Amino acid sequence: MIKVTNLHKSFGDVKAVRGISFEVRDGEITGLLGPNGAGKTTTLRMLYSLLPPDEGEIRIDGLDPTTDAMAIKRTLGVVPDSRGLYTRMTARENIAYYGELHGMPRNKINERMEELVETLDMSDFIGRRTEGFSQGQRVKVAIARAMIHSPQTVMMDEPSNGLDVMSTRALRRYILSLKAAGHSVVLSTHIMQEVAALCDRIIIIARGRIAANGTAQELMTQSNCDSLEDAFVSLIGTEEGLAA
Amino acid sequence: MSGLGTIYKKEIRENLRDRRSLFNSVLLGPILFPILFIGLGYFAANKQQERAEEVLEVPVVGAEHAPNLVSFLKQQGVVIQPAPEDPESLVRSQEVPVVIRIPEKFPQQWEAGKPAVVEVIADPSRRESETPMRRVRGLLRAYGAQIGQLRLQLRGVSPSIQTPIMVKDVDLSTPQSRGMLVMMMLPYVLMITAFTGGMHLAIDSTAGEKERKSLEPLLINPVPRWQIMLGKMSATATFAFASLFLTLLSFRFAFPFLPTGALGVDLNMSATAVAGILLAVAPVVILAAAMLTTLASLAKSLREAQSYMGLVFMIPMIPSIIFMVNPVTPVTWMMSIPMFSQNLLIGEFVRGETVPMLWLAMSIGSTLIIGLAFAAVAATLFNRPRIVFSS
Repeated sequence: MIKVTNLHKSFGDVKAVRGISFEVRDGEITGLLGPNGAGKTTTLRMLYSLLPPDEGEIRIDGLDPTTDAMAIKRTLGVVPDSRGLYTRMTARENIAYYGELHGMPRNKINERMEELVETLDMSDFIGRRTEGFSQGQRVKVAIARAMIHSPQTVMMDEPSNGLDVMSTRALRRYILSLKAAGHSVVLSTHIMQEVAALCDRIIIIARGRIAANGTAQELMTQSNCDSLEDAFVSLIGTEEGLAA
Repeated sequence: MSGLGTIYKKEIRENLRDRRSLFNSVLLGPILFPILFIGLGYFAANKQQERAEEVLEVPVVGAEHAPNLVSFLKQQGVVIQPAPEDPESLVRSQEVPVVIRIPEKFPQQWEAGKPAVVEVIADPSRRESETPMRRVRGLLRAYGAQIGQLRLQLRGVSPSIQTPIMVKDVDLSTPQSRGMLVMMMLPYVLMITAFTGGMHLAIDSTAGEKERKSLEPLLINPVPRWQIMLGKMSATATFAFASLFLTLLSFRFAFPFLPTGALGVDLNMSATAVAGILLAVAPVVILAAAMLTTLASLAKSLREAQSYMGLVFMIPMIPSIIFMVNPVTPVTWMMSIPMFSQNLLIGEFVRGETVPMLWLAMSIGSTLIIGLAFAAVAATLFNRPRIVFSS
């Protein structure tokens, strides 16, 4: 359960987020949808306590990221916008490193590693150094290291960026399996199909504000449109930054 | 603190795998510097001996004005060469190092018992003409002294009346203290090593982490940021210390190969000296690690970080160069100057002197204070969004 109230964040003169409030329910996939530069990444960064908000309040399962950063980081699994791997280390070592940073004992890490290799289908490359990995392989490793400590809440920033069709489908299946296993998932994206295929609830962000909030059906009704894409354009009032 | 340990282990392991950088940062110094020293030592020793033993060939202008002087020079083994047209330009063009000119007035002055002028034409700013010039002067002076004594004796005066003061040199320098070249260079090399050893790791673990976009995901882990920074700094310090240790070790084995006899160099690289130097320079390693990590964190990219490193080199260089140009006698208060005190201490250790505990404590203490202050600043750097997201 995530509750965000009246969130503000500026970088110098740029007001990235100006008064965002929403709720993310347990066991649901929530999509943050918006054009490029709408403030999705900044909002997520405040949620996973990397950036302190200028104003407003965040509660994740009752915890405040500004004061309980460590506790929140233990319960979150985050696949951020940047997913750099260590190229002189194998995929397995990259993932295990994050397990160790979470203070997990060695045998627990190994156990969990096997599960993740299985679910994410990584057995072909898990023992290889990540130098020269494909985008798809890289995203899988980035997801695995974010999930190594079995977090309850998962946040992904544009996870399908740069993936081919097959990898995207595999990713979507994985996200749906997370929901089925009872995790809450927060997803930021600017890709319409992804939202339509995955999200229970959609939060449309534009120019640092919430433009609309609801299920896909509710958004279409609200805007009098037949498709989610039209609803999106109508709700944010422009086609700027819209990707297919 | 387990987060700090995890970060530390990972940085060390990852950088050990980078063979090329490992070689450049940790191994190159220990291999290169001693070879350089031995090579330079031999070169200097050879040159000095060569010149001292070389047959002295000197063109003499106006030899006919002073046949006795010329035959004296011949007796002393000097090969007299015919007079050149233009001795000045010959010396200027470095064809000969030195030319003697006996002016026409020489016989007159000689007969009159006045000081007779003999010109030694040379360019002392050229190092290679230094030895021949000195030898020629020495010979001329010896001839002058000999004739002067004879003249006094002829007049019935004891020659010793001419020498109211007899200067006698009492040489207190030990063979160790004569090894000036090595002694001036060694602190410089070791101080540089304390910086270069960890440089690559410092860049790779901060600016590099930013460039390959792995810093943000790293910071999402439940490890306090100061621990992350401190882990990286400790890894940097470890590499630098390893490099320093290996350099000292290789010097210890290289010292016997230095041309000690020829240069009059005999320096002490005993196990005690090695341990003493390590102890004295260890705080510099910490200071260097903190400085390097701080600077590299401020950089947006690897390239930018690398360009800062040139500046960082100036930090250990300046005190070492001051010491090289102006070698001072160590005094207690100097031990409170970080980076400079180590230069003095290394000199003391290598000369085989007993270093007062107070000196060591002051040097370590003052350097450590600055080092830890830097480390404290660095530890807070990752708390600034501007530094985390600057790419």
